[in-house]
Amino acid sequence: MDVKNYIIRQISVFSENKPGRLASIAKAFQEEKINILAFSIAEADGFGVVRALVNQPDKAFKKLTSLGYNVAFTDVIAVKMKDEPGGLFEIAELLGEAGINMEYAYAYSGKEAAVLIIRVDHLDEAVSRILTKGGTLLEAKVFS
Amino acid sequence: MVIWDQQIETMPRDDIRKLQYRLLKTLVYKLYSFSPFYHERMKQAKVHPDDINSLADVKKLPFMYKADLRDNYPDRLFTASREELVRYHVSSGTTGKPTVVGYTRYDLDNWTNSLARGLVSCGLGRGDVIQVSYGYGLFTGGLGLHYGAERIGATVLPTSVGNTERQIELMQDLHATAICCTPSYLLHMGEVAEKMGVSIKKDTDLTTGILGAEPWTDVMRSRIQEWLGIRAYDIYGTSELSGPMFVECTEQKGFHVWSDLALVEVLDKDTGETLAPGERGELVITMLQKEALPMIRFRIGDISVLDEEPCPCGRTHPRIRRIQGRVDDMLIIRGINVFPSQVEHTLMSIPEVGQHFQIVVDRRGALDDMLVRVEISKDAFSDKINDLMQIRSKVEHKLRNALNVGVTVELVEPGSLPRFEGKSKKVIDRRNL
Repeated sequence: MDVKNYIIRQISVFSENKPGRLASIAKAFQEEKINILAFSIAEADGFGVVRALVNQPDKAFKKLTSLGYNVAFTDVIAVKMKDEPGGLFEIAELLGEAGINMEYAYAYSGKEAAVLIIRVDHLDEAVSRILTKGGTLLEAKVFS
Repeated sequence: MVIWDQQIETMPRDDIRKLQYRLLKTLVYKLYSFSPFYHERMKQAKVHPDDINSLADVKKLPFMYKADLRDNYPDRLFTASREELVRYHVSSGTTGKPTVVGYTRYDLDNWTNSLARGLVSCGLGRGDVIQVSYGYGLFTGGLGLHYGAERIGATVLPTSVGNTERQIELMQDLHATAICCTPSYLLHMGEVAEKMGVSIKKDTDLTTGILGAEPWTDVMRSRIQEWLGIRAYDIYGTSELSGPMFVECTEQKGFHVWSDLALVEVLDKDTGETLAPGERGELVITMLQKEALPMIRFRIGDISVLDEEPCPCGRTHPRIRRIQGRVDDMLIIRGINVFPSQVEHTLMSIPEVGQHFQIVVDRRGALDDMLVRVEISKDAFSDKINDLMQIRSKVEHKLRNALNVGVTVELVEPGSLPRFEGKSKKVIDRRNL
């Protein structure tokens, strides 16, 4: 098993909490014909972080940086869930038993399956524990 | 009308000028002989004590700046020995380094007398209870007014700053008739009092406010007088002069500058030329009798007008009208001097934020509120909200330590703050004074 295969590069963008910021980021993606696969916004007092999985992360990084955004890559993993009642519980329980502490998580429900995207502190260990417990991780290439 | 020191305060103008010249001449000889700093300054300016042959010759002397005190930290400008010093006061400096001022017994006596004259000139005296709500300690405000009030035989209520509800209770219970504090703090007290169900106008014996240590206006004066039912007087000074020094008389048209203690020049701030009385310019002050820390032609940085018209109160000393601005970009936040350069200096030591910043000053209720916007640097950006919050706390903490005043920090996107050449445009002051 090569852990690298499962590590997905998420784009994180620093954004002030003010009208039009999301539109500006989304417009940049549209212009570059970048597809957004999953997406979330975390907000704090006065600012927020926009997180997205996109099909061309390098292109997205370059475009947003050129627009003056503060952008970073963050490594996350994507756990496959059953798209049916109890699907999240099954995975959450698995993560709990595996002793994995999530920094944050967000989910999307796609054509193939539902996916829980998580950021954890110790990626390598998390990947092997999830796989050992019988979980399914999406490979990074699915997103490109 | 009661006058504290009839002989000095009503001295004919000509006699005052003679006295000033004599004091100036003595001072310059003394400094040329005993102050290595000022000796060097005079040599550079090619001026010798023998060149001072009239009061107008003061303009031959070199200036002193706030930076001189900072550069000679802590006490290299002192001209009194340790044995002669009886007190220090310390104020925050422009780059995190404080400035230290020292006093001999004679200096404290002159400072106290200056305030005694001023407090009497606005109608206070024996039987008054003066609540001193300026900070006691390193700041000159608390102790300065404390001793001034004691000297005129008033009763001092030394509440210092903070614990506003208790201050209001004591004001009521001990029948304070006067309060010394910043005008914004008095407005804050008024609001807190109302929440407690106390009307300062109706439920206290307060008649007089001695307000200063921050800029305020006649509009604010009217509001305070009307709302709180008191007479509000301006007080002026800085630690370099000794501390708060001059108080308005009952005429409320500027404060008398005691000319036996201070010689005031008003200069065109661009050309440096001496302006005539009545013209607005930069104040330059020479302290004529200070022993421990002499100040010669001190560029205090304030802009105002010298009024030599005779005052109906009978005092012959000229008045300075309410301070109308600053020559530099100094801000006064809750009575504390804050320079944008201090903010810049502090931010430069924090790699997580860029060098660009914007200061927004506002009034929240009656108190000043200072917001500093900083750009989060590329390297420091983490997509963890917690990390970002920690950076913000760190910046707030460092600024609070450097400025001695609480600051709210806002993280903004890189490149979003306006870029300016001059510092002053980095400040948005929304206070409606």
